[in-house]
Amino acid sequence: MGMTITEKILAAHAGLDHVEPGDLITAKLDIVLGNDITAPVAIHEFEKMGATAVYDKCRVCLVPDHFTPNKDIKSAEQVKILREFAHKHEIENFFELGRMGVEHCILPEMGIVVPGDCIIGADSHTCTYGALGAFATGIGSTDMAAGMITGEAWFKVPESIKFIYTGELQEHVSGKDLILYTIGLIGVDGASYMAMEFTGPVIEKLSMDGRLTMCNMAIEAGAKNGIIAFDQITEEYVSGRAQRPYKAYFSDEDANYAATYAIDCSKIEPQVAFPHLPENTRPISQVGDVKLDQVVIGSCTNGRMEDLRVAAAILKDKKVDPNLRVIIIPGTPTIYKQAMHEGLFDIFLDAGAIVSTPTCGPCLGGHMGILAKGERALATTNRNFVGRMGHPESEVYLASPAVAAASAILGRIAGPKEVL
Amino acid sequence: MKLEGNAWKFGDNIDTDVIIPARYLNTSDPAELAKHCMEDGDATFASRVQAGDMIIGGRNFGCGSSREHAPICIKAAGVSCVIAKSFARIFYRNSINIGLPILECEAAVEAIAVGNHIVVDTDSGVIKNLTKNESYTAKPFPPFMQELIQAGGLMNFVAKKAGEKHA
Ligand code: SF4
Repeated sequence: MGMTITEKILAAHAGLDHVEPGDLITAKLDIVLGNDITAPVAIHEFEKMGATAVYDKCRVCLVPDHFTPNKDIKSAEQVKILREFAHKHEIENFFELGRMGVEHCILPEMGIVVPGDCIIGADSHTCTYGALGAFATGIGSTDMAAGMITGEAWFKVPESIKFIYTGELQEHVSGKDLILYTIGLIGVDGASYMAMEFTGPVIEKLSMDGRLTMCNMAIEAGAKNGIIAFDQITEEYVSGRAQRPYKAYFSDEDANYAATYAIDCSKIEPQVAFPHLPENTRPISQVGDVKLDQVVIGSCTNGRMEDLRVAAAILKDKKVDPNLRVIIIPGTPTIYKQAMHEGLFDIFLDAGAIVSTPTCGPCLGGHMGILAKGERALATTNRNFVGRMGHPESEVYLASPAVAAASAILGRIAGPKEVL
Repeated sequence: MKLEGNAWKFGDNIDTDVIIPARYLNTSDPAELAKHCMEDGDATFASRVQAGDMIIGGRNFGCGSSREHAPICIKAAGVSCVIAKSFARIFYRNSINIGLPILECEAAVEAIAVGNHIVVDTDSGVIKNLTKNESYTAKPFPPFMQELIQAGGLMNFVAKKAGEKHA
């Protein structure tokens, strides 16, 4: 019996020739990641155990992105724990403000995570790196602590579900729409504990930014990881950035899948997920009149260059509705600079939107754009749970940057066709 | 281990933002976090929960973020165990790692009503409902999980394994 990409990467990191779903393995880790919320707990566990060194100071990444620039004294104390730990253990990949970007934007951008890697991160959206053809999964702080010490983690080899995307994408339909549609199809626990493997001619043509968006949201279907096979687009993306040699893995013809879904993309419209679960998706034509108080374009899902360009193309020479706030958050300093150079900031500011420093900020209701009771936001982020962006009685709708930009102009949820 | 307490009920897909809203994650102090446990699901929970009480959840309990603060705040609030139809992957892993007892049992979730008095034997997986005079059996943990639980969580397990290597 053949193996899937996920199985092959796990087997290779466990020093085995073959693994099967359900096997319990101990795998070597290429990268261990934590942020300003999860790493302090991990560092506490690390120190409680009396550990004196991390397994490899080049392989531990600490990204204070959630409540930074430090929103209050408590957050400042949390980041200080990371900073002091990083200095003490000479951790190279500690990202001080100024170099810091949203973790799942900056690690691929800098070539710190590469194809074929086995990665754990104390952040559920660590699954983003599957877009590079890596096995990457979210874990908690204790697993992070054990990973920092031993360079290993235990895994149950997941079953894989194969998604085959065929047909032609309609105009303004992006990776975000495909993944929202898919979550709507299978539900928020539709891929629980499993690997979601995204394949097919549409994926083969999808940009790396679009692929990162899709794998980012695999966790919203309960998946352990999302993954896309290495190809020309992957190669172009990683060449010149990869900080280590990398390896391409491909699923065998006779690999075993728990399920296969064939999805015809020709009929997929831009999607919107209604409160309070990412599975509550509707095509844009079925949304109705939903007035908004805020639009957020950013996050580890859609805070990359392509996302900002798409939003700018729609906002160019237009004004955002005066009754709403529009916050644009470039994912990293490099994206920030590039967007500025390309004149996107002029477009955003002339339209009446504001550009924020790279941060998770409002995505998790941390700061920099919190909602009051009864307010509604449309965001390019990945979760619309109760209270996710502020007051428990506020609402978050999830969509692509194109829908976000169009909605910003009209002050209600709208598709790009309405404004172009 | 024998656990005893009264039942609190929550529905399907209870996410980590309901268990502990991110606005409180600027600290990792368990006692501080416990004050806001389940706040966006039931704002009175943290002030009314008694030591030993149990959370009964539906499908996919603990979905969403990887924050270990979720099982940590449940434990620190005095909750003795969580019984659900199923658990989201990271919450399941985190709970075992920090030593919060969790049990998967559809029948128990269906039958137990708010305030029922429950006794759980985590070794056998038997859940007794003293109010209704019924009993249900949870899905047993796979052997590797049992080893982790018996070691007292992941860090102790890692320490034990490191000790074996050096011995
Ligand atoms: S941008 Fe949002 S989802 Fe992504 S890591 Fe930050 S808080 Fe989490």
